[in-house]
Amino acid sequence: MTWPGGSRWLKRPRLSAGPLVAWLIALPVLLPLLIVSASLFAAETEVWTHLRSHVLPEVIVNTLWLVAGVAVGTALIGTALAWLVAACDFPGQRFFSWALLLPMAVPAYVMAFVLIGQLEYAGPVQSWMRAVWGEDAGLPPIRSRLGVILALTLVLYPYVYLIARNAFATQGARALEVARSLGLRPAAGFFRVALPMARPWIIGGVMLAMMETLADFGTVAAFNYETFTTAIYKAWYDLQSIEAAMQLSSLLVVVVLVILVLEQLSRQRTRYTATGAGQARRFRLRGGKALAAVAFCMLVLTVAFLIPALQLLFWSVAHFDGLDARYLGLAGRSLSLSAMAAALAIMIALVLAYAVRRSPGLLAGLGARVATVGYAVPGPVLAVGLMLPLVWLSGVLQGGADWLLGEDRIIIALQGTLLGLVAAYIGRFLAVAYNPVNANLLRVSSTLDDAARGMGLGPLGVIARVHFPLVRGGLITGAILVFVDVMKEMPITLMLRPFGWETLALRIYEMTAEGQWERAALPALTLVLVGLVPVILLTRRLDDGGGQSASEKRRPANLESAHAA
Amino acid sequence: MLLELEQLHLAYGRTEVLKGLTLHLTRGQIGCLLGPSGCGKTTVLRAIAGFEPVDAGEVRIDNRVFSKAGRTVPPEARDIRIVFQDYALFPHLDARDNVAFGLREGRRRERRARAEEMLAAVGLAEAVRAQPHELSGGQQQRVALARALVARPRLILLDEPFSNLDVELRERLGIEVRAVLKEFGATALMVTHDQHEAFAVADEVGVMNQGTLQQWDRPYNLYHRPANRFVADFVGQGVLIPGHVSAPGKVNIELGRLEGRLITDVEPGTDVDVLLRPDDVIHDDDSEMTAEVRYKVFRGAEILYTLRLDSGNRVLALVPSHHDHRIGEQIGIRLDTEHIVAFPRATAEGAWCPTEPPA
Repeated sequence: MTWPGGSRWLKRPRLSAGPLVAWLIALPVLLPLLIVSASLFAAETEVWTHLRSHVLPEVIVNTLWLVAGVAVGTALIGTALAWLVAACDFPGQRFFSWALLLPMAVPAYVMAFVLIGQLEYAGPVQSWMRAVWGEDAGLPPIRSRLGVILALTLVLYPYVYLIARNAFATQGARALEVARSLGLRPAAGFFRVALPMARPWIIGGVMLAMMETLADFGTVAAFNYETFTTAIYKAWYDLQSIEAAMQLSSLLVVVVLVILVLEQLSRQRTRYTATGAGQARRFRLRGGKALAAVAFCMLVLTVAFLIPALQLLFWSVAHFDGLDARYLGLAGRSLSLSAMAAALAIMIALVLAYAVRRSPGLLAGLGARVATVGYAVPGPVLAVGLMLPLVWLSGVLQGGADWLLGEDRIIIALQGTLLGLVAAYIGRFLAVAYNPVNANLLRVSSTLDDAARGMGLGPLGVIARVHFPLVRGGLITGAILVFVDVMKEMPITLMLRPFGWETLALRIYEMTAEGQWERAALPALTLVLVGLVPVILLTRRLDDGGGQSASEKRRPANLESAHAA
Repeated sequence: MLLELEQLHLAYGRTEVLKGLTLHLTRGQIGCLLGPSGCGKTTVLRAIAGFEPVDAGEVRIDNRVFSKAGRTVPPEARDIRIVFQDYALFPHLDARDNVAFGLREGRRRERRARAEEMLAAVGLAEAVRAQPHELSGGQQQRVALARALVARPRLILLDEPFSNLDVELRERLGIEVRAVLKEFGATALMVTHDQHEAFAVADEVGVMNQGTLQQWDRPYNLYHRPANRFVADFVGQGVLIPGHVSAPGKVNIELGRLEGRLITDVEPGTDVDVLLRPDDVIHDDDSEMTAEVRYKVFRGAEILYTLRLDSGNRVLALVPSHHDHRIGEQIGIRLDTEHIVAFPRATAEGAWCPTEPPA
């Protein structure tokens, strides 16, 4: 006998480990964020009172100027270049379309010290100007608000460029044709159709640049330009006040969250259907216009990549004895640390992607969102927020060890160990590993699973023979991106490293602080070369079909689907 | 003549896409270019619109040269509107503003009012404020049509306008589009690969192949009086049966002697291939001539039989569907041809593929 709904009633509710796994993985981000946010309401300390009246106003004003300046700068440069390369035809267009991504390989703090080294009073440019025009000749001081904005704009415009170029490439040339067929001149077509259509993408790219700016530590440190990140570091390191550091962090988190929400909103708007994929011909620039286009692209490429790269090369050669055992030690530590973090991150990303795939509910999805939000959280915030959990965990373990082995036989202190450091890296860069992996896994439809099962493959067989070959590309991409990001990472390493532990990035930090540009050049050149790898990956992917974008680097996966549409 | 294409040549790099295409369209006429994909028909539209410069020949509109080698009037100065294959509606504008975008003059409020009138004329009065993604494919298509028509351009170009729609929708919309175009007295040129669309919308249809125009004619003539083997093959179904012209207007084939007007110019005494359409072969139980049923396709009102003659040649027959015969059965047939389409066998251009299901 059967009754309605009977079979469902009899079925046990299925418990899924998916959400639990996702939220466990989210802990390295979630805990610091919660702890830091809690200190928003923490009691007043003496240090905090001092900071609030003497430091905070300047920090806020500086941060706002910087973020606004970089937003405007990257929006203008990135959009203009993207339009030229995606919708116009001029000599060198194909070359510039990938070459303009090269500045992505230059860490912002490297760009910073190269600019300072070249343009400061004692630098080659101003010395030359004085030699030619006399003692009064010179430039406005480079260690200024404009200088920081310039440095960050030059390395961050590729975010806007890449995303806007994608948007223009999928709809720009075509939108221009439609507009012209409706009687609009090309210039009017750009402003009235192509630009409004690409606006959500451009805003998304600018938001990413703004988040990178907020997270930046090395650049502002090099310029002695006090923002939240440097203030957090100083509160902790110079004033020895973790409470004050956390309170500063909590304010920064609020700012970041605002931008993050705006970014998510702008991303939702990028989902609207693009104006088709019909064929369109690039708008051919001739004569003076073509020349101007080439000159503009060349100028950006020269200032943002060629000059820094040549300068680094020059300094490295001039200071060739920098290639010593010490450098090799630094490089070795950087490499092993990055490799460790990349391997771990990619494994965790894979587990997370499967957890979400297996339990498509809201809970697991939300867990994955939280776990990958670290790309928006500045490194110093994560470092400060991880201190307390690490100390607490050490205490617990110490208690266990004492109970097992006797009082103080071994000392456990996780803060200042590689474990804490790698945990912070995972928190910060998990999204970088997760997005390519998840994007690949999403392509594996469940009917594909069913088909494989129907042909006699067990669950493990499906993973080995169907999933793995399809996801392998994403695993490699994700690992490379994490590897390079960890290599370039500065503030987390600075704050959580084991005592005396140095890496290439930290060496650059120290030499920059002392104004020894030549000594910083070789480590910096190394980082630029390593940084070229993901840029090459990116350009190859774009050449393959242009479906994906900067999203692979920083953005969670749903932008991809929007672009593919 | 409103639109004149004279000896148009156009190449992408080394690939010649248009090889001397000539075509004329009078005011108020709806023309259609029909051809397989890759035949260059969309390129013709883009050349007329001014997006592709021509290598030789001329595009004239109202006796003014718009394109010739080395000179291309920019698209925005041509007063031509295009309905794109994917409609190309602007996603950041609602339906009304999309249509109003087609108007260059007047105040915004007037333009919007005219856009609303135009949307009403295509039956979308309700959807004035809808965003493009909220509209169905058919509705988006009508918005695109309204946007093209609203400024009363001298010429409208339609690029595969129905290819993104459901099959059932296509024919109905084809009739609607024709009605709207005629109501506004518009001159239009459409391209498609679907002959049913072409026949539903156009007054005259040009069959294109490999960059040249094969025949420009009324749909009836394309079907019943194809100018060459390509047109005979591309338009409608049918087979070619070997025959011999015995006298003017008389052709012997294995099914007997055909008598009627010869459409093509063939001298008596030549060997020919005769086109037999499925509606030329009539099923008749009383006929002495029989053929074996090899395949059958049920089409509701009719059944399309593929019949094998004694010689092994095959013909198609369209038979009312209550004459339901089994495969392998011999059924009686007779021919009913009013005019005879025969191509000299010597001029065979490539292999002729009879329309037949794969064996």
